[in-house]
Amino acid sequence: MDLGALFGSFDNFVSFTIGGLVFGAIYALIALGYTMVYGVLQLINFAHSEVFMYGTFAVAWTFIFVHGTSDASWSLGEALPTLLLALVMAMLVSAGVALLLERAAYRPLLKKGAPKLIALISAIGASFALAEAMGLRDRFAGWVGLEDDLANYVSPGKARDVYSNPVGIDPKGLFDIGGYTVTDVDLLIIVAALLMMVALDQFVRRTRFGRGIRATAQDPESAALMGVNSTRVVQLTFLIGGLMAGAAATLYMMKIGSTRQNAGFILGVKAFTAAVMGGIGNLRGALLGGLVLGVMENWGAAVFGSQWRDVVAFVLLVLILLVRPSGLLGESLGKARA
Amino acid sequence: MLLEVEGLCVNYGHIEAIRDISFGVEEGTVVTLIGANGAGKTTTLKTLSGLRKVREGKVTFDGKDITHLPPFERVKMGLSQSPEGRGIFPGMSVRENLGMGAYTRRDKPAIAADFDRVMALFPRLEERIDQVAGTMSGGEQQMLAMGRALMARPRVVLLDEPSMGLAPKLIAQIFSIITEINEQGTTVLLVEQNAAQALKRAHTAHVLETGEIVRSGSGSELAGDDSVKAAYLGGDI
Repeated sequence: MDLGALFGSFDNFVSFTIGGLVFGAIYALIALGYTMVYGVLQLINFAHSEVFMYGTFAVAWTFIFVHGTSDASWSLGEALPTLLLALVMAMLVSAGVALLLERAAYRPLLKKGAPKLIALISAIGASFALAEAMGLRDRFAGWVGLEDDLANYVSPGKARDVYSNPVGIDPKGLFDIGGYTVTDVDLLIIVAALLMMVALDQFVRRTRFGRGIRATAQDPESAALMGVNSTRVVQLTFLIGGLMAGAAATLYMMKIGSTRQNAGFILGVKAFTAAVMGGIGNLRGALLGGLVLGVMENWGAAVFGSQWRDVVAFVLLVLILLVRPSGLLGESLGKARA
Repeated sequence: MLLEVEGLCVNYGHIEAIRDISFGVEEGTVVTLIGANGAGKTTTLKTLSGLRKVREGKVTFDGKDITHLPPFERVKMGLSQSPEGRGIFPGMSVRENLGMGAYTRRDKPAIAADFDRVMALFPRLEERIDQVAGTMSGGEQQMLAMGRALMARPRVVLLDEPSMGLAPKLIAQIFSIITEINEQGTTVLLVEQNAAQALKRAHTAHVLETGEIVRSGSGSELAGDDSVKAAYLGGDI
């Protein structure tokens, strides 16, 4: 196949591939949350997109807190200390939202033995509630009389508009592949996402808690008989998903720079797609699914035009599931061999 | 009594699975519950491990009321189970499965000693130690499930139908291992459909019918009982 002709030039092909990997890495980090919760509870946590969205706000808030609201453009080196702080804040906020979800939207239902379908409805409801709460944050601040003090954070009257990080991170070219210049921001996103994945993979394979998670995924009743505290395992699973979503939110804000209360929706759907594509319940599948999805949709956008990006993503999902109904890597979380 | 059950009632949905069951397990003995399919044997064991909610009645372990304790607390106290259908972790190796049996324990030297003990009881597992458990034969999986339950160093081990689906030669082997486990000092509560073997091994036995205990006695007493013979032993002991 003549890639040059298809993509305009070979340089374009490289550029779209790397751009796709960057987004794919972010999809993959979010996908981990879907796949972990599914692996343990066989339940799609549809509110996970909101866990991510809250993280993006935490990043913007951190920059506003450190820097203020005047527009600025920082190099990656200048931004790094604030970025690290933002990463910690986003991970905390996302993990907090994820734990709250587990406590409020799932545990009461699962305790009563509610069917999974009911939990799914609860998840969709929680997703709307969380998104709307973010869109109404100016009102909440108004109720407690902090509207003016927190104006920079809650955007009175404009809480539903796009909310930007005033600090733009200016990417710097590091080296060329083909004719494409890889920037420090791109590289950091891909490397950071991969590092998080490796850390999680090792955690699940090597630690005692990780064994508890895998055992519960393979046979919850047997795991309980071994002395695994199933409530803790479920909490831990949500916590990990939240931490990963917070990291994804930080990387997303580095690249995109703005968010809003419905920013989680499309990212969430894409990440869920990535999780299903890789084999839901499978950690390495989430990574593979994320990267494949990111690259393929970017190629699709290049070849057919950017309005076709999402079409390509979902057609790809359908095609993969037609050929391999259990996803690219198939197995569940527990069955992944150590 | 190490384990005592008083007036236990458990529902399965709207169906009464067990009704007003009472029995005790003396430390150091083998106690068996025999009965037909659906008599409530597995429900009884699951309830003792905390997997089923008690509607009425009381379970006492070593003098403490454990009726409403979650399963992991019971494991820590010394009550472990090899469940019906083995319930091994199919994607883990034999070694990892055995490790899961010691999940609540931190005493590494004692865990290593118990590992050696399980290897001695089940030499077959030692040969398969790094094999993925899901790829083993039924008999090997049964040995793994029992070995895994012993890795908790239980004071009482609950065995749910260890002979199910096994060849006769293997069944005899499994039952002699049960006696050996008991002789090493572990109390055994055994649920079985293979009444002949179970009664031969048990100090005390109870017959369950549709959720109730209809007959109790020593293993040899029940093995000689005409109605038990007719219903569970096919008259050929």
